[in-house]
Amino acid sequence: MRTSSAAGTAASTALSLLRVTDLRIGIRRRRGDDTVIVDDVSFDIAAGQRFGVVGESGSGKSLTLRAVADLLPKGVEVLSGSILYDGRELVGMPGAERRRLMGPEIAMIFQEPMTALNPVVRVGDQIAEGPRRHLGLSKRTAHSLAVEMMAKTGIPDPERRSRAYAHELSGGLRQRIMIAMAVSCSPRLLLCDEPTTALDVTVQHQVLRVLEDLCADTGTALAFVTHDLAVVNQTCTSMAVMYSGRIAESGSVVEVLSNPRHPYTRGLLDSAPDFDQPERQLIPIAGFPPSVTGRPVGCAFAPRCPFAVERCRTAVPPREEITPGHDTACFESERIFAGVPA
Amino acid sequence: MTAARQDATQDSTDVLRVADLTKVYALHSPVISRLTRGGARDGQLRALDGVDLELRRGEILALVGESGSGKSTLAKILVGGQTATSGSVHHDGHPMPAHRDRDQRRRIQMVFQDPYSSLNPRISVGSMLRELLLLHRVVPRRDVRAESVRLLNLVGLEEDALEAYPSQFSGGQRQRLAIARALAVRPDVLIADEPVSALDVSVQATILELFASLQRELGLSILFVAHNLAVVQHLSHRVAVMYLGRIVEVAETAELFANPRHPYTRALIDSIPRMSVGSINEEFVLEGEPPSPFDVPAGCRFHPRCPYATDACRTTDPALADVAREHRSACLHASDLDAFDAAPDPRRSLEFGSPTTADLERVATTTTVTTTVTTTKDRSTSA
Repeated sequence: MRTSSAAGTAASTALSLLRVTDLRIGIRRRRGDDTVIVDDVSFDIAAGQRFGVVGESGSGKSLTLRAVADLLPKGVEVLSGSILYDGRELVGMPGAERRRLMGPEIAMIFQEPMTALNPVVRVGDQIAEGPRRHLGLSKRTAHSLAVEMMAKTGIPDPERRSRAYAHELSGGLRQRIMIAMAVSCSPRLLLCDEPTTALDVTVQHQVLRVLEDLCADTGTALAFVTHDLAVVNQTCTSMAVMYSGRIAESGSVVEVLSNPRHPYTRGLLDSAPDFDQPERQLIPIAGFPPSVTGRPVGCAFAPRCPFAVERCRTAVPPREEITPGHDTACFESERIFAGVPA
Repeated sequence: MTAARQDATQDSTDVLRVADLTKVYALHSPVISRLTRGGARDGQLRALDGVDLELRRGEILALVGESGSGKSTLAKILVGGQTATSGSVHHDGHPMPAHRDRDQRRRIQMVFQDPYSSLNPRISVGSMLRELLLLHRVVPRRDVRAESVRLLNLVGLEEDALEAYPSQFSGGQRQRLAIARALAVRPDVLIADEPVSALDVSVQATILELFASLQRELGLSILFVAHNLAVVQHLSHRVAVMYLGRIVEVAETAELFANPRHPYTRALIDSIPRMSVGSINEEFVLEGEPPSPFDVPAGCRFHPRCPYATDACRTTDPALADVAREHRSACLHASDLDAFDAAPDPRRSLEFGSPTTADLERVATTTTVTTTVTTTKDRSTSA
């Protein structure tokens, strides 16, 4: 069904659907002293891969996702770096061309479905809008596709619900409408910004299952932003941990969670209650994340890091590969995690 | 009331006791009844429907449930912000009147979910505490400052915070301020409504630790309203599970998680996202969503979503009854539910050699490491 429009894709990018390289996001200032919010972010998402980005509020995880979707807040822009989607450069791409990608190629699901849905349009029509516009379907075909999509996301009685307005539905149903809307044009990349944070646990469980099943069925790649390590463990195959605008550690979910090589990742794991280990003592990370304007000079985590040495306070540690596919941005990683086979 | 008098002996251990508490919100607005269509036939929202619960002296009792289950309404009634439609609240064996006097209000204090909206941005920390200390005559005027500093230290803040305004603090610090404010009047009960869910993960643990130490050192009794079961499991002594305005199960924490006697509790436990690699629950998904409190199902209120429901469940509304020592459940089939295994799927654990704390510690400090990186979930490394 799909033909690759990027015939000239270089061999190195052939494997990845989305390749973000050295992305820097911030506010451009006239006098040149730009405020950098996200810096030096690079990652690859292969077709069909489920990639999670974990971080606290202010870590830049949502901005990174929004940069891919071209939904950065007013005033915030990509300062440098590249976002390569299927071989095409998104940074600097004209608006009209880029909008054509949104829907059939890239789609996004937001955290709060109530504010992301149009309150005065029936949800069925909102889902049908994408297919009508991008796939050129007739009103009737688009509507039946919408109903089919709603059924796929597990909405009971989809025909009747398609005529409902957003306020008439519960949070879980609204989030499914968002998912149905996002996948209605079978995108190849689905961006999810905390899609289950506003939901109850049992409903979160249902929605995660729906997302996973859909991606497995259609081979859609997932970029999943959340603050919950457990949700990433349940949903994703690979992940990046962001702290203060940079990627602290990245790798496969199994590698990162069972063999963390950055003190921040380790701290997150130690401080979050784990249902499977009720007896484990929680070890909080001292201090709190720095604000965007008050970031330290060296490693942003140094002021909270129990292992920090002089070098950490003066230079920003580069990301280094420990094992193939597993990166960490920590000078002292080897010393801290000494004796652990890589 | 009769219930409390009968259990006069228990009053020495129960600092707070509610019996048959009901809260009904009457809906007069035609707009709302139009929006909710047939659901609001009688125009009533039963937020609480016969709640019986006791908070013991010096314990942390967790109240869990999904949104709309009535847990926040219960918290508000306990703290005196709302009055119950019927039923009673006893504090220290004495009934709490609908309108509390200053001392009665003082003894039950609340910490709210969002520390960004629950602190007045235009009042400095010092004035906030001074106002309370003077109004409730906690200490003489000349000792107010010393007492304020003591309170700040108690929650892990320094004296210099006195001159600062809430906007100068991070989320976690603000929640500490909110706790200091609640403690200023020396309450014996603290009601905490989702106090960590608005905080960052790395900060949550410090606030949880603070609650635990306050309970240990001051002997505070804490009602901890939460939806995150992993948090609850770490912090609380007992857990009460709410569903649609009623307590459906109460037990000691370990007992509740090891041996849940209500299908809803089982569903909740099965829905918890797991953090240990290899511990992935995807076997059981609860169908449907919590029904609206406008239209509580007849019979057992959980039966439309319950996999174990029988005809009896559709007609009989089960009361909360003892199923084991210190363990009550409101399920007709509580005693014949099969054994529960909250542990990760054994098949997966086997593949992973079931990583535990000890394993993670070992991984981080010595030599062993998880071997294969392929599972049934087909976790592939990035290309």
